[in-house]
Amino acid sequence: MTVGRTQSIALSGLSGHLVDIEADIASGLPALVLIGLPDASLGESKDRVRSAVANSGCAMPPTRVTVNLSPASLPKQGSGFDLAIALAILAGTRDVPAESVASCVHIGELALDGRIRPVAGVLPAVVAAREAGARRIMVPAGNRTEAELVPDIEVIPVASLAHALREHGTDIAVSDVDAIEPPRDSEPLSPTRDLSDIVGQPDVVEALVTAAAGGHHMFLLGPPGAGKTMLAERLVDILPDLDARDALEVTSIASLARLAQMRQLVTRPPFIAPHHTATAVAIVGGGSGVIRPGAVSRASRGVLFLDEAPEFATTVLDALRQPLESGDIVIHRANYSARFPARVQLVLAANPCPCGNAGVADSTCVCTPDRRRRYLARLSGPILDRIDIHVPVSRVSRAHLFDNTSPRMTTAHARERVVAARAMANDRWGRDLPEATELRSGKFRLAPVVVRALDAALDRGAVTMRGYDRVLRIAWTLADCDGSPMPTADHIGRAVYLRQGVHA
Amino acid sequence: MALKDELGRWGETIAGDFLIANGYDVLDRGWRCRHGEIDIVARNGQTVAFVEVKTRRNRRFGHPLEAITPAKFARLRVLAGEWCRVHRVHAGTVRIDAIGIIGDGITVGNLEHRVGVME
Repeated sequence: MTVGRTQSIALSGLSGHLVDIEADIASGLPALVLIGLPDASLGESKDRVRSAVANSGCAMPPTRVTVNLSPASLPKQGSGFDLAIALAILAGTRDVPAESVASCVHIGELALDGRIRPVAGVLPAVVAAREAGARRIMVPAGNRTEAELVPDIEVIPVASLAHALREHGTDIAVSDVDAIEPPRDSEPLSPTRDLSDIVGQPDVVEALVTAAAGGHHMFLLGPPGAGKTMLAERLVDILPDLDARDALEVTSIASLARLAQMRQLVTRPPFIAPHHTATAVAIVGGGSGVIRPGAVSRASRGVLFLDEAPEFATTVLDALRQPLESGDIVIHRANYSARFPARVQLVLAANPCPCGNAGVADSTCVCTPDRRRRYLARLSGPILDRIDIHVPVSRVSRAHLFDNTSPRMTTAHARERVVAARAMANDRWGRDLPEATELRSGKFRLAPVVVRALDAALDRGAVTMRGYDRVLRIAWTLADCDGSPMPTADHIGRAVYLRQGVHA
Repeated sequence: MALKDELGRWGETIAGDFLIANGYDVLDRGWRCRHGEIDIVARNGQTVAFVEVKTRRNRRFGHPLEAITPAKFARLRVLAGEWCRVHRVHAGTVRIDAIGIIGDGITVGNLEHRVGVME
């Protein structure tokens, strides 16, 4: 008999695929058959569609209806296909102009009364629709602000199925319904913290600025109460605002990770601090059915802070090695895989020993040497080797606390320096950092007199080849922070200190 | 006879008339055996159709054809086989049809004939 067609979006990770939905209104006894690898929540779509259609002033055809979601091999999850399925059926029965329905992408979950509920991941779905060449997309009214963040595509927010039918040109009575709004995001606390809260640790603050400027990973080692968490939180404050591309990526991940509505683009880098009992799946992402982004993806373009790093399971820390290297994470399932961005700045914090007092003046460590050694040994070499800046953080004395004379850097000032340093690096290197060989022996090779100390350290075996390359990178960042065009011998010296500070 | 049964009988009469008007020969009506009842058996050329008739006054409880469940369907299959065995009918094609009628016992509001609803 007749076939109705439309399109929707299936998300796997952050990338979306256009899904063609066709509804065949065949002869036969009344039945609604859904094929094309639906999961459980999508399978239940049949019953939501049936009720929503009946309660919107239309009728399900009393015949056999076969709904196919293609490509049939792509697994499809969730309730976001309801609207498209209902409209494909009604286009098949010619209750709604078929051409209009076919030329539009639809996302939305149906409530039994015909209203349309917001769904998670609308932002990446709208982006995917635009990339796939769609011109119009119909989204739940509750996801309106989020969908409208995407330029160059016509967004049609609809509150109910009847409303959607009317938009497509059906002559149908639309009663005013209250759009279903997603749960409200609790208002983020305006950060009252400032870099100038940190007292008596000017060299650590300096290291923080360097890390922010060069995007270097950091390791903070110090006794409890020295202010490691305070420092890590302030690192994200001094990072520059996200550019348009990164902002869209961060907002997409946030949209996918929770159902809360994204009212505007996230323009500040995220700060994610998972507890040390987190599992590998919680950190890198995964889950049964729908693959969800983990902490490393939610922190992408921002800071991932692992407090009490040695307390994390070794497998969890080691799972971070690959995403730290490649900047993204691919999670594989038997029949598909999902890719998430994972470009984080990692900050690890640790006590020097289980009791926390090793190396602290006026206190006694009660740990045996073996326990102390085992404690930090839980941070594997490969992880520590990827961390450029190692900073010892010491407890602040009373003298520092009441010292109001020495100047302290404010967040605003530090961020200015970071922005300026990044601008310099960007002018020189563009968006992509140069290969290590280019720094060592290519265009950016430094004069022998500048790197003499570093060469000597390499000859002695005090630094590894990877360490050598990392030191060069840090030196360039230090030079950018100081506004000097090339690293000097002093920058190299400071870079060596930052890289090896903890062990010195 | 209960009111609903009267309506059902009326619907079966209407369906039979409809089939005759459309060139079928009605071979049997309300045939019973221990498995249940076949509403109408009709022949059109080489094809024998076993027709289940459902009648409702209105659509308040859904379309009449929606009342034909998979279990009912399976029973019709068995009944069709039984009928063929008893009547020694072997030739031609055997088919199961459904007719849904919406009407009040006097006038027919809607009649739908679904041909070959067997999966």
